[in-house]
Amino acid sequence: MSLEFSAEAQKKIAALCERYPSKKPVVLAALHLAQKEFGHLSDEALQLVGHTLDLPYAHVFGVATFYTMFRREPGGKTTIRVCTNISCMLRGGYDVLAAFESKLGLTKGQSNKDFGLVEEECIAACANAPAVVCGTKYFLDVEPAQVEEIIRYLREHPHPESEVV
Amino acid sequence: MPAEIGTKLVSAKFGNEAAKTLAGYEKLGGYQVLRKALAMRPEDLVNEVKASNLRGRGGAGFATGVKWGFVPKDSPAVHLVCNADESEPGTCKDRELIYWDPHLLIEGMIISAHALRAVHNYIYIRGEMMREYAVLVRAVEEAYQRGYLGKNILGTGLECHLTVHRGAGAYICGEETALLNSLEGRRGQPRLKPPFPAIKGLFGEPTIVNNVETLMNVPIIIDKGAQWFAGLGVGRSGGTRMICVSGHVERPGVYELPIGVTFNQLINEVCGGVWKGRKVRAVIPGGTSMPPLSVDELDVPIEFDALMTDERIRPVEVRPGQLFDLGGGRQLRTMAGSGGVVVIDDHEDLVKAVWRIMKFYAHESCGQCTPCREGTGWLEKVCRRVANEQGKPDDLELLASIAHGIAGNTICALGEAAAWPMLGFLTKFRADFEAKIGKVRAA
Ligand SMILES: Cc1cc2nc3c(=O)[nH]c(=O)nc-3n(C[C@H](O)[C@H](O)[C@H](O)COP(=O)(O)O)c2cc1C
Ligand code: SF4
Ligand code: FES
Repeated sequence: MSLEFSAEAQKKIAALCERYPSKKPVVLAALHLAQKEFGHLSDEALQLVGHTLDLPYAHVFGVATFYTMFRREPGGKTTIRVCTNISCMLRGGYDVLAAFESKLGLTKGQSNKDFGLVEEECIAACANAPAVVCGTKYFLDVEPAQVEEIIRYLREHPHPESEVV
Repeated sequence: MPAEIGTKLVSAKFGNEAAKTLAGYEKLGGYQVLRKALAMRPEDLVNEVKASNLRGRGGAGFATGVKWGFVPKDSPAVHLVCNADESEPGTCKDRELIYWDPHLLIEGMIISAHALRAVHNYIYIRGEMMREYAVLVRAVEEAYQRGYLGKNILGTGLECHLTVHRGAGAYICGEETALLNSLEGRRGQPRLKPPFPAIKGLFGEPTIVNNVETLMNVPIIIDKGAQWFAGLGVGRSGGTRMICVSGHVERPGVYELPIGVTFNQLINEVCGGVWKGRKVRAVIPGGTSMPPLSVDELDVPIEFDALMTDERIRPVEVRPGQLFDLGGGRQLRTMAGSGGVVVIDDHEDLVKAVWRIMKFYAHESCGQCTPCREGTGWLEKVCRRVANEQGKPDDLELLASIAHGIAGNTICALGEAAAWPMLGFLTKFRADFEAKIGKVRAA
């Protein structure tokens, strides 16, 4: 096997396995950890997760491709999730998304080495719409004019989603 | 005594940074109710929750004590799972509740676990809620260190474990059986019911799934008494409710309110009225899966039963003159749902708003049932072309028949979550759709 989990990740996985009657429920956590350590979930990363938890590759593949936070391709350091769902749309969420697209030079769904840009569904911040989330950092009541400043801030303070993994 | 505006139970510590730590929480009296509850018999706790008229805050408003009563008495293993997947558009209370008062949730879970004789318990938190996940993990660790969780809690001989389980992006995992599959390490696809989770849930064992806000009310009930809690509410709905107001109001926000507050009071007295001096056009009463209200239906209180039965609310139709049948001839008015109130003003393009709602459900369908997988996709597509003034003359009939074909024919209620608002908007705001199609014909 070409990939290995770090000692710290192995310890975390072993501790989590204690919390459930079998290893299978740990698959989401292990995938989060693999994404943190390897940047994305390559075939080898999925194999490693399967091997670590005694799960068939097909099962791990099925799980990894069901959930939208897992990525099979490399992405940017900080993922910018811009909500355009109803409450955000009503207060200009699409304009905020368009501002991110133009300032980043990315179309939603794309990424470069610093940023990934995602059109997100409701992120439970509707009372502060339009809302944007990057890892543990929320940007609330966002106006298109603030987008440039947000990008500058994130360049200096990246918020990778692996922060809390 | 019914609650007054300003009565705060679960949101009392909002804004208080100190209360988020165990020491701060204990200073305010935290974990004292737990001591009282652990000295009570489980069946007495269940009866207390029954008598309090606490109803589930996750969406369906099911009576919590009654649900707890479904767990078989002599089952060797029972689990309590907290549903912290909050992702119904318009809903943003659980995230705030967890952020500001994680220990109230943990205390509520330990008490509820004792009532259910549940030993291995879980909080399933939405993957995108990373800040709140970190808050919870820390709080759970603190509770273990202090002996509130573990093999022998507070020296009572009782064992109670709590594990925070993170999702990874999928709205459908808020549906309780999809959540259980996800917790078991599978794709988050709903299970056929029956069997219901209270009989056969997590790892095949009896499981109670409750919403964050539901569980946070439990310590308050045990502290102040069921009668007091029931008295705060209206009819068969005890306590207060967290209401999330978003959209076109002056002061959107997450407010804890008496259950008897009406939508007009909410909009005008609590939220400072509609923004920019405009007027209300439509109100989504409890997350986007609930049929909307029109401006003449806003004197109804935000209460579970009232929203289902108040005759001032016009029932949803399949097509003009034909009522939608909820089963057994029951009419569908609307429901209090998740507490997510979305206010839409008279300048908004309603058809575009409905399209955005349908886009969400089409995106989130797990794909297991054909009516939902195909139907939600069609609803989105047809709504889009009507919104873009490219609709066909019979598109309204088509939308209604697709929605009608989904409702009642699927494994889980995501099907209804798309079909009900579609039919509801067509019933009450038909002219908006017709005008769009009229423009095509005129062109
Ligand atoms: C599609 C769908 C999504 C749901 N999402 C949530 C959710 O995010 N949070 C929640 O508490 N309940 C959600 N529910 C309701 C749950 O299935 C379940 O009824 C609820 O968690 C029970 O808790 P309660 O009795 O305390 O309300 C959802 C239901 C459906 C059909
Ligand atoms: S109704 Fe939709 S979301 Fe629910 S199980 Fe069927 S396909 Fe999946
Ligand atoms: S709709 Fe955007 S955060 Fe809820």
